[in-house]
Amino acid sequence: MTAEQAREQLATVGGVTVAPDAHPITVHVLPEQWVDVARLAKDTLGCTFFNFLTAIDWKAEGLEIVAWVDNLEAKFAVEMRMRIAPGETACPSLVPVYRGANWMERECFDMFGVRFAGHPDLRRILLADDWEGHPLLKSYAVDTPHPPYR
Amino acid sequence: MSDVRAIDYQGSERLTMNMGPQHPSAHGVFRAILTLEGETVVGVDAVIGYLHRCHEKLAENLAYVQYPTIASKTDYVAAMCSEAAYVMAAEQIGQFDVPRRAQYLRVMMAELQRIASHCLWLGTWCMDMGGALGGGATIFLYCIRERELVLDLFEALVGARLLYGFHQVGGVRYDIPEGWTAQCRSTIDLIERRLDEYEAMLEENPFFAMRTKGVGTISTELAQDVGISGPLLRGSGIAWDLRRSLPYSSYEDFQFVVPVETDGDCFARYRVRMVEFRQSIRIIRQVLDGLPEGPISSRPGVKSLAQVKVPKGEAYARVEGPRGEVGCFLVSDGSNKPYRMKWRGASFSNLAILPHILVGCGVADVVAIMGSVDPVFGEVDR
Repeated sequence: MTAEQAREQLATVGGVTVAPDAHPITVHVLPEQWVDVARLAKDTLGCTFFNFLTAIDWKAEGLEIVAWVDNLEAKFAVEMRMRIAPGETACPSLVPVYRGANWMERECFDMFGVRFAGHPDLRRILLADDWEGHPLLKSYAVDTPHPPYR
Repeated sequence: MSDVRAIDYQGSERLTMNMGPQHPSAHGVFRAILTLEGETVVGVDAVIGYLHRCHEKLAENLAYVQYPTIASKTDYVAAMCSEAAYVMAAEQIGQFDVPRRAQYLRVMMAELQRIASHCLWLGTWCMDMGGALGGGATIFLYCIRERELVLDLFEALVGARLLYGFHQVGGVRYDIPEGWTAQCRSTIDLIERRLDEYEAMLEENPFFAMRTKGVGTISTELAQDVGISGPLLRGSGIAWDLRRSLPYSSYEDFQFVVPVETDGDCFARYRVRMVEFRQSIRIIRQVLDGLPEGPISSRPGVKSLAQVKVPKGEAYARVEGPRGEVGCFLVSDGSNKPYRMKWRGASFSNLAILPHILVGCGVADVVAIMGSVDPVFGEVDR
């Protein structure tokens, strides 16, 4: 599997948009396809290395989830991106496909409040269990007070 | 995913043991809630976050000229590498030029950093396995002795021993001073000779072999699925080194070997790092021999916060740090601060392997395995 073949294969999946840049292969995916595209990337495209998963808060346009997986033999990467509707926080979990998504999704829940459906153990990972709010949301001011701390 | 957090707190035959967050072998602030049946671990709940400083929120509020010095506080044992990842991400988006001399200096500092970091890993790991190594702190003191020599080089270069602020967008901030090259050569010559002593001390010790061979085995499939990188991944049979696979900062100019071991156990990870020591020395010699003349930065020194503006765009810069892939995912909205920055900490992903491999081990093995993973909690918790 080469990067070019991977790009062609991804373009045949209905609803998936492949961006024109050379590296990485960026695909925009609908929420209902999220897990299927990840499985395709892992099983068919050989992207067995799970690199990272995170989110971007586009304010009024909602959250975007970004996941990056690598094919270490052919040296290409697939960057999967998915928009969540504004105000929504639900997203399918990738843990059934990549075990590395476990901690990354917990961090994403911790920081952005994304609720990953199907995650085996979705709880905060970096912040304390009683922390209020999700700090990496743009609506969360950097000087939000947290008694007894400032 | 019951194997990840299969903890039965009610079981009458089971003991729940809290290890950390102040455990001496935790290499920082790591808490593992272990469920034990006798001496055998049957469940692991890894608790992290004690050192969380929300670097990613900080980065959104600090200008491109401010954050590189803060970036060094993520992985404070390998500060040069996280600084480099951050500025490389900004350079990729802005397509800023980096002079060749600056690229070579970055390579040299990254490799010196790898030596310093591996020294600390070897020393602390062997101290964890203390009693078996005839005295415990022996290797630790030797390794710290050598690490100090490398830190002396950094001090001569930037004035700081741990957190450097050496990198800036477009190049580096300091050029090597008078007499530094000779000091560097004699240091790496000395460390190269000492490495033979470490190896003789450890590998001729049967207790070392007993505590590391066949312990904490990570399969090739699991390694990739969880996304571990660096010496752990290469210890599990995958020849993936970003310096070779996706060269950055002129790494394609240098000759070096990417060590690979197939056993996937603690001893394999040890062997990989020992070879990396020598390969780093080899790269440093090549840099010193071929260091080009010229400017060290394509941009002027930092004078104001608005000095560096990065055009709208996104980049993911990846650097092979001592612990593996240090990645910086940067989203720019065209201002002098990132819109979003994500650290892909090598230690975070590497530590995520623990719940998968600790089940079935003895309690004493937990210490050996944790040390072989070499986590730095500044980078895990960010």
